Amino acid sequence: MDTAPQSQLRWTLEGFREGALATLPLMPGLCAFGLAFGTIAARKGLSLFDACIMSATVYAGVAQIIVVESWPEQLTFAAIVASAAITALICSRFILIGATMRPWLGGLPAARIYPLLYLLTEPPWLLSTRYYRAGGRDPAFVLGSCTATWVTWVSSTAPGYWLGASLGDPHRFGLDLVMPAFFVAMLVSLWQGPRRAIAWVVGSVVAIATAQLFGGFWYVVTGALAGSITGGFVDD
Amino acid sequence: MIDNDPLGFAAMLAAMTAAVIVCRVGGYWLLGRFAIGPRLRRMLDALPGAVIASTTAPILLTGGLSGWLAVLAAGVTMMAVRNDFAAVVAGVAMAAAARAAGL
Repeated sequence: MDTAPQSQLRWTLEGFREGALATLPLMPGLCAFGLAFGTIAARKGLSLFDACIMSATVYAGVAQIIVVESWPEQLTFAAIVASAAITALICSRFILIGATMRPWLGGLPAARIYPLLYLLTEPPWLLSTRYYRAGGRDPAFVLGSCTATWVTWVSSTAPGYWLGASLGDPHRFGLDLVMPAFFVAMLVSLWQGPRRAIAWVVGSVVAIATAQLFGGFWYVVTGALAGSITGGFVDD
Repeated sequence: MIDNDPLGFAAMLAAMTAAVIVCRVGGYWLLGRFAIGPRLRRMLDALPGAVIASTTAPILLTGGLSGWLAVLAAGVTMMAVRNDFAAVVAGVAMAAAARAAGL
């Protein structure tokens, strides 16, 4: 795979639609997650408007839940900086995720690529990676998938806010496992033979060790870095 | 109550959003300053699988039998039919069934 020259990249409505449709299998899981955030925001006393604005702008599910759950008594400068630091820590994996888009999207103009990256979360990233590896060259696919994910997340905040606990336990319906199930399906798609999978094993072991030793949110980044470095030293 | 300080809330949103943007954009921006050689290319290629593995493994370790069964059902379904939707439905249905059975 060489860096795609701009002439090979298209930017079409069909690509956008294909990306949005590829996101459909995830929508129940994204909704359950968005409902959970809405419920927590209501319980902690956020207004409906503030909860929706937060979902639309911050757009980082786990970080939103953690910060709202531990909302400071007084919004001092230090408290705000601390919340931003927690957000950055939880989102630090996106530094790695964004880096993988460089070989593909490096030819796009900055005005197109940077808004796109702002909305890039794991599901569209994985769907787009598979699309690219299968020969897809329309970056509008990424935008379509990102947009569908964002709309689902933002529009499920309000129902969660209103309905709250009356929705029942998503755990009972297995909805908490939509993401793991999707991830494993992606792993099957990304399979390139046992040598490449050494990186996955190393990543898992390091992530588990980090989670056991330190708890918190570091484990995704340490596991991903360890797996990536391993991948760099496994020759083809 | 959170909503007694509109200005503070706006500052909080701005600070959190800035942190998210720096993370989402930073890696891409940083790589633009390097030539991507074969080793770095292989590292980038290994990242999607490594992120999935390191996100999922700790959840499975503590998530009990229903999590394992769900992931197994999703993986086997994906190998058999190569369809994301079928895989997710199989995984979630398996988890719901396992929990209904008290596993």
